[in-house]
Amino acid sequence: MTETKATAPTTRISAFLLTIVFITLALSFAALIFAVYILEQPTEAETAWILILLGFLGVGISTYVLFQTRRRISKLKIIVPPVTTTIECKKCGFKNVREFQRGDYIFKEGENCQKCNEKTLITAIYREVKDKEKQKMPF
Amino acid sequence: MNIPAALFSLQNQVNAQLGGDISWVMNILFYVVFIVFIFYGQRLQTYVMIREVEGSLYKLKYIKEEGRKITIETIKEIGKPQTDPTARVDRFLEYFTISPQSLDPAGIVWKLEHILDVRDIRFKDEVKLMAPSADETQTNNLENTLEAASALNFIYKVIRHYYLLGKKTLSLYVIMQIQMILPMIMKEAEAYASALKAFAYGQPIGDGAGALVAARLMHGYEIRKLEKDCVVATVPFEGRTAFIVKAEGPGGNVGKPGDAVKQVIEENKGKIAMIVMIDAALKLEGEELGEVAEGVGAAIGGPGVDQFKIEEELLKYHIPINALVVKEDVGDAVSPLRKEVFDSIDTVIARIKEVVSERTKEGDKIVIAGIGNTIGIGQ
Repeated sequence: MTETKATAPTTRISAFLLTIVFITLALSFAALIFAVYILEQPTEAETAWILILLGFLGVGISTYVLFQTRRRISKLKIIVPPVTTTIECKKCGFKNVREFQRGDYIFKEGENCQKCNEKTLITAIYREVKDKEKQKMPF
Repeated sequence: MNIPAALFSLQNQVNAQLGGDISWVMNILFYVVFIVFIFYGQRLQTYVMIREVEGSLYKLKYIKEEGRKITIETIKEIGKPQTDPTARVDRFLEYFTISPQSLDPAGIVWKLEHILDVRDIRFKDEVKLMAPSADETQTNNLENTLEAASALNFIYKVIRHYYLLGKKTLSLYVIMQIQMILPMIMKEAEAYASALKAFAYGQPIGDGAGALVAARLMHGYEIRKLEKDCVVATVPFEGRTAFIVKAEGPGGNVGKPGDAVKQVIEENKGKIAMIVMIDAALKLEGEELGEVAEGVGAAIGGPGVDQFKIEEELLKYHIPINALVVKEDVGDAVSPLRKEVFDSIDTVIARIKEVVSERTKEGDKIVIAGIGNTIGIGQ
């Protein structure tokens, strides 16, 4: 199985769902157009308003479903969080924080210090996550 | 909401306002919907659940394929194999381990240990064949990457099984089983996806909290290798002599802390005043990430072999054991180390000092074992 073949169906939207959505959308537009047409006749005003209501409802629901499907696809990715490496000089305490590089590990000796030319040490590797504002809970 | 009741109320309103033909149509419509819901309500519910599982299955398939892709790319990049490793990786993803028969449980720990050793050797050999240019640290990291990809593959297959079974039988109860635990499964799958990158790059993970504590305590002291991928350092600690034990880093490795702790105890003829074990533990919802908790017992996860060995030694020499755990959820445990967990290391060390000072005398010998995957953590 090639990679292209394997990943293709993942991003595909169900054809059945799309058909239903587009049929609903088409019928809703038809109802709206028809409502405008019969609104000109004062005796059919009630029917016209019902059609307008149904038309807007149909357009709203189908747009919402399409939007939801689109959002589900855009969510499909593996997020790689940024990881930082802290390098410290054992002698002068100079600290350097940079992005993690392959081969870094905690307590690995690094390059010489920019200030005192002594050996540096990787003292921390971690990722910082900014949590969304937490909802206040009573417990 | 009760759908037939709502429809009934709507029908009454329409009847009152419109009357005539439309009212008659609404009457018919109401009865049709009512009858459909009586006979096909459960069926409709099943369809809704199937759609929900299907959505998650798409996501799982994507994660699984990405995992496989990352693994193959990493093997090609690090291992520089002469042939394409894809077929070998696909075969690895399907590997399984059969646990020993437990009808007669006597001696099952040793059987389980043997099976796990065989599995470990087999995995290492496979990785070496896939990535001949990888050094020991990289081999360990690649092994962890493959295991994470294998776990994703397994999760996907199980969910697909229930989805297809539910679709085939249209049984609400078959599909309901998986739909109910789906949020937890998705969380675990996302955690493994995040772990894949961490393993591929050799970044420290949340599970390494215990190993990081031990590394902090032993750094700068002479280090000696112990049984099966573990190291020990003899460190003066609050007027006591502490034997600090951890898995050998910085490659992805948990070692065999059971054997290592046993070896240290035996070398000291059982004259150990206390053992302190530090590990990451799953937090409950509502608990803070990086919260430190204290207790007694052997703080070690896994299949139970190491815990059993440590407990046997404790019993043999009547050694008290204390445990300190750093609370994390499953996602944080296998993904790159969070700052909150890193910051909790100082708290853990302060708590160890407290426990040791309160419960042992000066001049005593103690064992401090940092448990967990030591990927990205040296010593």
